[in-house]
Amino acid sequence: MIKAVMVMNTQGKTRLAKFYEYLPVEKQQELIRGIFAVLCSRAENVSNFIDAESIFGPDSRLVYKHFATLYFVFVFDSSENELAVLDLIQVFVETLDKCFQNVCELDIVFNYSKVHTILDEMIFGGQVVETSSSEIMKAVEEISKSFLYPFLLCLSKKTC
Amino acid sequence: MSGPSLMDSLFQRSLEDLIKGLRQQLIGEQAFISKSLEEIRKEIKSTDLSTKSTALLKLSYLSNLHFHDMSFAVFPALEVLSSPRFSHKKIAYHAILLSFHDSTPILLLITNHLRKDLNSTNEFEVSLALQCLSRIANVDLARDLTPEVFTLLSSNKLYVRKRAVAVVLRVFEKYPDSVRVCFKRLVENLENSDPQILSAVVGVFSELVLKIFSKLAPLEPRLAKRVVEPICDLMRNTGATSLLFECIRTVVTSLSEYESAVRLAVGKVRGFLVDEDPNLKYLGLQALRIVAEKHLWAVAENKEVVIKSLSDADPNIKIESLRLVMAMVSEHNVSEMSRVLVNYALKSDPVFCNEILGSILSTCSRNLYEIIVDFDWYVSLLGEMSRIPHCQMGDEIENQLIDIGLRVKDVRPELVHVARDLLIDPALLGNSFLHGVLSAAAWESGEYVEFSRNPLELMEALLQPRTNLLPPSIRAIYIQSAFKVLVFCLHTCIMQGESIAPSASLDYLPSGVSASASYELFDDFSVENGADATVVHGQTRASAPITEESIVDLLNLVELAFGPLLGSHDVEELGPVSLSAQGKVCLPNGLVLKENLSDLEMICGDIEPSSSNSFSFGNPNEEKDGLSFSSLQIKEDSEQPHESTSLLAEHRKRHGLYYLPLRKSEIISNDYPPANDPTLQGDINDNADHLVKLTAESLVPKRKPNHSKPRPVVVKLDEVNEKPVAMKQPESRDNSLSGAVREVLFGSEDILPTSSQSNLSNSSKRKGKEKQHTDPHVESKESAVGDGNSSSRRRSQGKERRQRSPRKKNDEERKDTVQKEKKNRSGRHKSIQRAEEPLKVPAQTSVIPDFLL
Repeated sequence: MIKAVMVMNTQGKTRLAKFYEYLPVEKQQELIRGIFAVLCSRAENVSNFIDAESIFGPDSRLVYKHFATLYFVFVFDSSENELAVLDLIQVFVETLDKCFQNVCELDIVFNYSKVHTILDEMIFGGQVVETSSSEIMKAVEEISKSFLYPFLLCLSKKTC
Repeated sequence: MSGPSLMDSLFQRSLEDLIKGLRQQLIGEQAFISKSLEEIRKEIKSTDLSTKSTALLKLSYLSNLHFHDMSFAVFPALEVLSSPRFSHKKIAYHAILLSFHDSTPILLLITNHLRKDLNSTNEFEVSLALQCLSRIANVDLARDLTPEVFTLLSSNKLYVRKRAVAVVLRVFEKYPDSVRVCFKRLVENLENSDPQILSAVVGVFSELVLKIFSKLAPLEPRLAKRVVEPICDLMRNTGATSLLFECIRTVVTSLSEYESAVRLAVGKVRGFLVDEDPNLKYLGLQALRIVAEKHLWAVAENKEVVIKSLSDADPNIKIESLRLVMAMVSEHNVSEMSRVLVNYALKSDPVFCNEILGSILSTCSRNLYEIIVDFDWYVSLLGEMSRIPHCQMGDEIENQLIDIGLRVKDVRPELVHVARDLLIDPALLGNSFLHGVLSAAAWESGEYVEFSRNPLELMEALLQPRTNLLPPSIRAIYIQSAFKVLVFCLHTCIMQGESIAPSASLDYLPSGVSASASYELFDDFSVENGADATVVHGQTRASAPITEESIVDLLNLVELAFGPLLGSHDVEELGPVSLSAQGKVCLPNGLVLKENLSDLEMICGDIEPSSSNSFSFGNPNEEKDGLSFSSLQIKEDSEQPHESTSLLAEHRKRHGLYYLPLRKSEIISNDYPPANDPTLQGDINDNADHLVKLTAESLVPKRKPNHSKPRPVVVKLDEVNEKPVAMKQPESRDNSLSGAVREVLFGSEDILPTSSQSNLSNSSKRKGKEKQHTDPHVESKESAVGDGNSSSRRRSQGKERRQRSPRKKNDEERKDTVQKEKKNRSGRHKSIQRAEEPLKVPAQTSVIPDFLL
């Protein structure tokens, strides 16, 4: 099971945070700070794994990937395979790329809802349900459509 | 309150405005956020759902990324949820996911909304609801919504079904009875040919199985046999690294009995180890570590790579290889290994250096220093380690020094030597990490001073001026040890004076104050021994004779060092304590005050009271007393130790009220603390063999000539007790769920057929994910279903037949399934192979529960 997904920039600002187990916001902040502290001390060509037990408790592993100015961090337990999660990060970033065309940090900053939608299509309640970025894109587009249509409907209601 | 919502909604800031606004605030971000929060609070009370939802979205954003509490928006979230618009629902669910938890008070109100959405025709709405359920389900929600989930498990939309399956686990957890309802559908989903559904179901099962059946019996051997071949094939043929890694992991964790499989896995691991990619290296090392427990040869084969990895740039890799190196350490190579590792430590950064030292210390001290044969070498290593610049393991080293000194008699000379080296070096006094080590060194030099070659040097080391850098507690130890050394020197001097060999004069004192000489001196106080000392010990250990002049020097030194202390505020006056107050002190456990001390007669009977070792400074609180006595003594000739005892006797007569009743023992000494203090006893009767029996510290000589068997350690018992307590908690949670599943699977039978029972437990081996295929299960299930109809009554026969037929089919099908699975897997990122063995369970039970038919 995936325990958490985080995206933070190289200055430590959180751009995306999703925890699949309930944690109060102070705890979340603490965790993210802790992880950032470890991440920024990592050199460039080392492995992408960090021992997360001291931060997240027993049976937690952490995989991160550094893209440009962002760290993508996935925390999971022993039922997942590290290399598979690395691939998952890859899928996530590819999907973001498809969605936003050459995605950069600002896209993630200004598209809070959409990024969460994409993530939710991929990971559902901690379980990975979709690993094909095209499938995810399809679903996301469908959802966006259902936003637009009711909006038009509603606008006419308001003017009455 | 605000006016009509139209105005509000027109001027309401959207999330995008909020974000932009935040980013433009270079200073005063907090102020901006507070202002926004205020606005949000107003907007969220609006009656217009759009306004509300936008406010909610902004609040979610602030809560998620700026960590503000949004618990006040719980009710508005529910209101937005009731909106018919999908966008509103999405926002509401998002907010709920962020802020609701098990103890949110109005969780129940959500039930109806969830139910409505679960029954919606829009698959995305259903998905939203399911996701919400998966996260915030509690007992009530799970119970109430089980029927809906049940329906969804057989929905014709793949999208929905997948997610329903994923949710099912959480529902099961919270409300185990739902298992009865849903399990069948869940199992049916296994028949589904769609790999996505399959993987979702298998995921659920793997979690279920890992949690529930992890307590059951060990791996069924027949299963393992069947699984090994396909896994090996996969390992040989697959192109996907993650799949390969999963196979390797399975083999080394659960299939480690199969030599050929393990060899194959280790071969692949070596491939990982030499790969450029640090990820693969790290995972390879990790896998090797798991293998190392049973198959040390694998590690030995890859020794060079492992040692090379010690100096890798990546800290993870370094630590893994360190662990592996420690696994390779044994009796024979411990000294070379430690040498190599200490060299590495010297070259590394502080963190890794301490890692290395820590692991050396823990490995060597494991099981009471099991792997150490040459304690002399180990003790000198400890001294060396203390000197390493980054060393922060001072406490552990301190513990071990003292521990070894207590347990291993033969190493004490070397120990004192190491202690002397540590004490003499003034540079070490400034290093606060080493204070522990120094205190250990000081204590041991005092304790085992008779083994020292040059007590005078020791004394100087203990009294050097830089010791005022030490904290008071450690200085106290130094002072005590200094006195012990002083006593020893005085004593030897006295003894030598008394036991003048016919031809020797005081000036001509033999320079040998060696270990056994002093033993005998104390023991027999006979004349010959003094001569013996010179004769027997050709290699005289002491470098400086203890002459009268040296004693006087010593005394002067002590006076110089301690004179100022007398006036120091650190030294407290110990006033007399009334009898009733003494009575209020509770006795420590195990202390029997009225115990007959006549045994002491045996030991101490021959010690003349006048020259008894009346200074026993076992208690730092006694310092003042000791000092006052000793200062008295310093002024006088060394031949008057009994003056102190007479003074004490006088004092006692005058203030008898304040003293504890006189013991049977003749010896009136300042023998606090109580009798069972091993330190003190060691001090008084250090060299008496009788003491060994008394204190029940059995120092039984070991088979190796060099060291003795250490005494039993009480601490271990406590550790053992702690484990069962900790284990109880997870059990209770799983029990209800496991009970439910078991009920469902086996009806009301309480005895499971052994084969299926152990089948259940197959992937229960901690990390074992069996590379079993789903199809064999499907085949077996179908055949079972076919049979079950007719033979549900004939249990024994039916059981056998059913069990045999699935297996036969398995063999045939395996080839096909391997191909099929490979096809399925090649494109997949996530490995499908989860614990598929337990899927056999419903098939192989003797009685097929009705609903499965």
